[in-house]
Amino acid sequence: MKAAQTSRKTSSSGPDGRSRVLEIRDLKKQFGENKVLNGFNMDLFQGENLVVMGRSGSGKSVMIKCVVGLMQPDSGSIKILGKELTHLDRPELDTLRTEIGFLFQGSALYDSMTVRENLEFPLRRHADKVGNRDTESLIIEALESVKLAHTLDLMPAELSGGMQRRVALARALILKPKIILYDEPTSGLDPITAKEIIKLMQDIQDEYQTSSLIITHDVDCARVISNRMILLVDGVNYAEGTFAELSTSQDQKVRAFFK
Amino acid sequence: MVNLGDIRDRVFSFFEEVGALSRFTSRFFREAFRPPFEWAEFLNQCYYVGNRSLTLVGITGFIIGLVFTMQSRPTLLEFGAVSWMPSMVGLTIVREVGPVVTALICAGRIGSGIGAELGSMRVTEQIDAMEVSGTNPFKYLVVTRVLACIFMLPLLVLIGDALALYGSYLVEHVKGDVSFQLYFNQVFDALTFGDLLPSTIKSFFFGLAIGVVGCYKGYYCSHGTVGVGVAANTAVVVASLLLFILDFMAVVVTDIFYDL
Ligand SMILES: Nc1ncnc2c1ncn2[C@@H]1O[C@H](COP(=O)(O)OP(=O)(O)O)[C@@H](O)[C@H]1O
Ligand SMILES: [Mg+2]
Repeated sequence: MKAAQTSRKTSSSGPDGRSRVLEIRDLKKQFGENKVLNGFNMDLFQGENLVVMGRSGSGKSVMIKCVVGLMQPDSGSIKILGKELTHLDRPELDTLRTEIGFLFQGSALYDSMTVRENLEFPLRRHADKVGNRDTESLIIEALESVKLAHTLDLMPAELSGGMQRRVALARALILKPKIILYDEPTSGLDPITAKEIIKLMQDIQDEYQTSSLIITHDVDCARVISNRMILLVDGVNYAEGTFAELSTSQDQKVRAFFK
Repeated sequence: MVNLGDIRDRVFSFFEEVGALSRFTSRFFREAFRPPFEWAEFLNQCYYVGNRSLTLVGITGFIIGLVFTMQSRPTLLEFGAVSWMPSMVGLTIVREVGPVVTALICAGRIGSGIGAELGSMRVTEQIDAMEVSGTNPFKYLVVTRVLACIFMLPLLVLIGDALALYGSYLVEHVKGDVSFQLYFNQVFDALTFGDLLPSTIKSFFFGLAIGVVGCYKGYYCSHGTVGVGVAANTAVVVASLLLFILDFMAVVVTDIFYDL
């Protein structure tokens, strides 16, 4: 528990005094008797890459789904860009969601639609957000930022797993969100493709100046991409720090992650 | 030994299912009348429903007409009542066989298709992806599909009926030398508005049942790929059962109106 306490201090000041874009306090969620989140706390600051690491089944996806309102937490507060999630009605929530890009664990491309239609989908309701720009040019731009402009008229099934993940990333980016949530961006990919995805995530970070919350259990991914890390253990933010700090920690549970 | 607790659990879960299905249906009606309406997807789904089942409904209808007429012919001949054939076949097909057989085919073809499609969209998080990109997935996926079923089923029933009657006419033409004109004159003489209206209304409800059950099973699919198979399968079973229950209710209601 010592690790968690030292971390509280760092997060309250924030790196370089940057503003908080996402703030989670005392988040709790259980399914029947299965207590998944048990008072989870987290801050995401403007422009940083925060990695939340946890074992498979530790509730990472549950946490990130609470953040976008796909799941209702039992208690606790989630503040995104200064707005308390639980106080929003449906249209307000939809508007807020345009500021959040979500990369799903298995890409989640619509398999009955072409790549173009997949990217068009978020624009259907929110074209106004990107200043009535021509849909086509937005789609091309997003696809180019993941280097897949030539796949425009292909179906997702015709793409490799890595390409699907990149298209999904383009779809998450198309509304130019301020925050991007990545649910296991490298899961199910071979190491080389995984490296490509991580490289893309970094490029996108440089280009769009987004704040990223990356959920993973992949240590390599965490080392490369993270500015800061939180370890999710037993439903709480067990430890917090940079990759270097955590990987040299003496704490048993922390060390288990880096073996 | 039959375990009482086991039976009680089954009964409970049956009623739970009925309750959940009713809530799903009422949500469908609420969301169907609230803008925005997904026209493009609705038309798309109408095309799919028609395209997927038209051939099957047509062929089945045609064969049922043929077989039905061939088999009842000897009996009618025996009583010297073979001239009643067109009206008898017409009434049976239009009132009962046409709607029920068409609906059963659609339950197998469309109900399972919707269950599998929405089920796989659920387990691969595509439905979640829609939700976060600002499109209400219930409206986009469920409302359009159920409405497509409701509108297309009566149309398919009409086509099935027509082909069944045509099949029946062919038999009569070959065996009894009845002309097209004579055959269909007799059919339409026998049919009244009171036969067509209930069977059309019934078909709308059959469409509703097939669409709602397929969507419900798929939308709440869980347990990965295995769950998708289960969703498709139970969609057909539940929809078929529901069709017979609805059909029975329709017959009872129609009967009451006839007595008035
Ligand atoms: N919809 C749900 N219903 C019941 N249990 C769930 C649901 N979603 C997740 N869980 C449970 O919550 C736990 C954490 O799941 P998840 O967040 O997906 O793990 P991960 O950290 O691997 O992403 C698991 O034990 C899982 O069984
Ligand atoms: Mg997960």
